[in-house]
Amino acid sequence: MPEKSSLFLRAKIIQSIRLFFINRGYLEVETPVVIPAPAPETNIDAIKTDIGFLQTSPELCMKRLLARGYSKIFQICKCFRDGERGHLHLPEFTMLEWYTAGADYFDLMKECEDMIKHVLNETGMGQVIDYQGKSIDFSKEWDKITVREAFKKFAGKTPEETIESDDFDEIMVSDVEPALNNGRPVFLYNYLSSQAALSRINKDDPSVSERFELYAGGLELANAFSELTDSEEQKKRFLEEAQNRKKAGKISYPFPDKFINDLEHMPPSAGIAFGVDRLVMLLTNSSSIDEVVTFTPETL
Amino acid sequence: MYNASDLRKGLKIQIDGDPYIIVDFTFSKPGKGQALYKCKLKNMINGSGFERTYRSGDTFEQAVLDERNMQYLYNQENEYHFMDTDNYEQVMLNEEQVGDVKNYLIDNLEVVILFFGTIPIGITPPNFVNLTVTQADPWVKGDTSSGDSKPVTLETGYVLRVPPFIEEGIKIQVDTRTGEYVTRVKE
Repeated sequence: MPEKSSLFLRAKIIQSIRLFFINRGYLEVETPVVIPAPAPETNIDAIKTDIGFLQTSPELCMKRLLARGYSKIFQICKCFRDGERGHLHLPEFTMLEWYTAGADYFDLMKECEDMIKHVLNETGMGQVIDYQGKSIDFSKEWDKITVREAFKKFAGKTPEETIESDDFDEIMVSDVEPALNNGRPVFLYNYLSSQAALSRINKDDPSVSERFELYAGGLELANAFSELTDSEEQKKRFLEEAQNRKKAGKISYPFPDKFINDLEHMPPSAGIAFGVDRLVMLLTNSSSIDEVVTFTPETL
Repeated sequence: MYNASDLRKGLKIQIDGDPYIIVDFTFSKPGKGQALYKCKLKNMINGSGFERTYRSGDTFEQAVLDERNMQYLYNQENEYHFMDTDNYEQVMLNEEQVGDVKNYLIDNLEVVILFFGTIPIGITPPNFVNLTVTQADPWVKGDTSSGDSKPVTLETGYVLRVPPFIEEGIKIQVDTRTGEYVTRVKE
């Protein structure tokens, strides 16, 4: 059950996010929540309804808008992921996504910093906040560390070794993520090319992809890409992911053909999915996502 | 059969033939990675524990447990004996299984015994139990130096803090969920 003040601050945070993007010339868009063909991803499960799937992210529709010539767009919407429930997860949650034609993932890091600093100012919180007994300073330059450096430094292994031993995710949760909770927001970037998802492979180092995750206070706030625009490559990756889902006994989705077709017309872009509930948790010093939403599945 | 997504605090599952209870649970899912279900498990027979992280795809057998109302009889060499008053069947729990409940065990107390199959593994006392004070320092009226509570010993050997006016021989009610004094019982 949220404190009354948390819901007031939540509204203020969302209003200031909106203002930030409007001031920067972004177009606010709404895309359908019910879609026929979600992006096939091994570990993200869409909820099936009688009229289609509930979106796990507005990503595919947003990119189709980029392909139609909308070059700066943002959206704040509900997303749904089956089976995700914990102190940081709800099966229905609020996502902020924004996409910029002509930008790359380093531009997005900068824009993330600007956006959160703007929200801190607008809400009158100052640039140093306390989260669960630790102070987080947003004013100094935010940290950046590659996935490879982080695994070496905090787990004494290369990420390749942990993929080989099939415990990349476990080590990320037990060793890497806690070490990143270090008084400042941090961008964890250059995920291995095998973890590229919908991002492009780095030209200078093809072993990694142009993807980052933003962490603050131990919370994973956002996932971002320099977007993959090669439709053939994207099709190949989707087929692999669909195959993985099949092997794991998960439900299969219709193939997103229209997205793949439109991708051919999408300009080089950067895009990011940002968890709004997590940002509200951070700024209201809430240990559980339950404390920042009006109702949870259990209290409905 | 349970799936990993059914795991939560308090769930009872069977591992290698033994019943376990999940005493702590964390769900995590690092960016685009798989769902991880970190569980702290406690063996409900011998109390031993371990921690393990499960993944989706892992399955678990349910631990089927029964509850029976029984009466406390006596304790001998750290063995606590109970009887089913319907069929006079007797069972025994060891000191570890009885745990803090031993603070409330007086003759003929009605308790609930938890069974895994035919094996007794746990005990739940009534929420409130009346117990006699067997040792207490006398109360000197007007003495404020001892504050607003003092320690006393009950007939079971349990020591707890009570208001200063409670004296030896008095019966008090204790909340077994908190272990705290509730009220003086008038006979």
